[in-house]
Amino acid sequence: MRKLNQQEFIEWADAYLRGELSDEQRVWFEGYCKEHPDEATKFEEHAAFLSTFKAAEARLDFKKSLSETAHHYHTTHRTERTRVVSLWDRLKLNAAVAAAIAIVSVFSTLWLTGYYSNLRKTTSDYSALRRDMNTVKRNVNAHNAAIKSISSHKDNVETMHYGATGFMITKNGYVVTNYHVITGADSVHLQNHKGQSFKADIIFTNPEKDLAILRINDSTFRSLKNIPYTFKKQDSDLGEDIYTIGFPRDEAVYGQGYLSSATGYAGDTLAYQISIPVNPGNSGGPVLDKDGNVIGIISGKQKGIDGAAFAIKTKALLETLNSIPADSLQGNIVLSNKNSLSALPRTDQIKKLQDYIYIVKVY
Amino acid sequence: MSKEKSDSNVDLDIIHGLASGDNLAIMKLYKLYFPPIAKMVINNQGSKEEAQDIFQETVMVLYDRVTNSNFELQSKLQTFLYAVSKRLWLKQLTRGESKYHKDQIDNHEDYLAAEEAVENHEIVEANLLHMEEALVGLGEPCKTILYDFYIKNRSMADICEKFGYTNTDNAKTQKYKCLQRLKKLFFKK
Repeated sequence: MRKLNQQEFIEWADAYLRGELSDEQRVWFEGYCKEHPDEATKFEEHAAFLSTFKAAEARLDFKKSLSETAHHYHTTHRTERTRVVSLWDRLKLNAAVAAAIAIVSVFSTLWLTGYYSNLRKTTSDYSALRRDMNTVKRNVNAHNAAIKSISSHKDNVETMHYGATGFMITKNGYVVTNYHVITGADSVHLQNHKGQSFKADIIFTNPEKDLAILRINDSTFRSLKNIPYTFKKQDSDLGEDIYTIGFPRDEAVYGQGYLSSATGYAGDTLAYQISIPVNPGNSGGPVLDKDGNVIGIISGKQKGIDGAAFAIKTKALLETLNSIPADSLQGNIVLSNKNSLSALPRTDQIKKLQDYIYIVKVY
Repeated sequence: MSKEKSDSNVDLDIIHGLASGDNLAIMKLYKLYFPPIAKMVINNQGSKEEAQDIFQETVMVLYDRVTNSNFELQSKLQTFLYAVSKRLWLKQLTRGESKYHKDQIDNHEDYLAAEEAVENHEIVEANLLHMEEALVGLGEPCKTILYDFYIKNRSMADICEKFGYTNTDNAKTQKYKCLQRLKKLFFKK
């Protein structure tokens, strides 16, 4: 049997391994291998090499598809996330517009419903007792319109903003009222209970103590008789019987009560707490004790608490009067020191007092 | 009970799919088992990319185990994969310094199986690495000729026609030369 060369041998081996040989050829090849042991080992090596080759090839193949699958898996998982991001990108503008509309509508609704003005009002539960005339004014305007439609008669009614009370401190025309009454005033008029109206100048104001000193500056004004009441400098005692006269409406209204605390709103030592029913318009009214001494000036009341009104102590008034610069005065302020009320019954006291108490009209 | 059965069926399907190089099986493997393993790696100072690498290597370990000898899954596939990837990750963390102690075994059988699989994988890897490198270095058209002949079992006549050789003898000579070159590349290293 002749020896095959390398190439021929490999071909035979391949064909043998692939099972392409006929039975006769197979027997021959096996015999050939037996005859030549070195060729047999070569065949074994070849077969082993081929199987390694196949395994490696399959493994490479698998590796390739594995990395492809991994790539596919990771990219699909990433794209899911980017879709959410793109959704946000797409809706960003809409979200911004919606948020802007929401904000605008919230605040405009709050503004329209008067939330902010209520808020400002309720930040303090102290309410100053000047009388807001806007409702009155509106009524008057309506009347005017009615009158005008009847006749062409011109009725020149000035617009009045606030009403309050004031009282004389000297007979030559000095009047005291609250600072909060005359703030922002164009002009101030005082009207007595007979209906006479006088123009008044603001001489001095003290916003901390909520006091304002006015002086009647009107040619029709005549000096009054001596002031019947005096000013009590010492603090009054709790439980003292007190009363006031004020103008919560256009008629004088009497109010009676007692001194309920030695300090005012939030512990203010320059005020008393008094228990007298007071209303807007009572501001600036005198608080008198049973002997007819002025012990305070009504200034305000506490919201939500019944019967808690406040009066500025006379002491604060006197301090204010002393602090007025001499140039702004025309003639000294001489307080009366003769009390002509003490012996009188209450009704007579009131009759005498009425001439000295004015409606303060602020325009 | 039925759920367990279906689980083991899924495992078997995947294993058979892997052995036959089925892409769907790989995809399934990713869907089912990648998230917990990625979580394990990321929770243990790993990055996302490292988690992906570890999982790929784990799949290769499984592949080597499946293609090599008769592999029988003793526990759930998930347990096996988890153990293998944990082993691989620990190894990478300690950078082969073998700080990994075998007494740190939480579940003996699973970890023994994993250990065995990883060792097997390393041996196979070492064996086949030469061949893979040789194949990569072989170049065309030798690669395709050998691939067509030995893997796809094409006849020499087909190959002759495909590569445009004038006759089968020429093609046979070419194939023989290619084989010799591959052997040379393989045994040289």
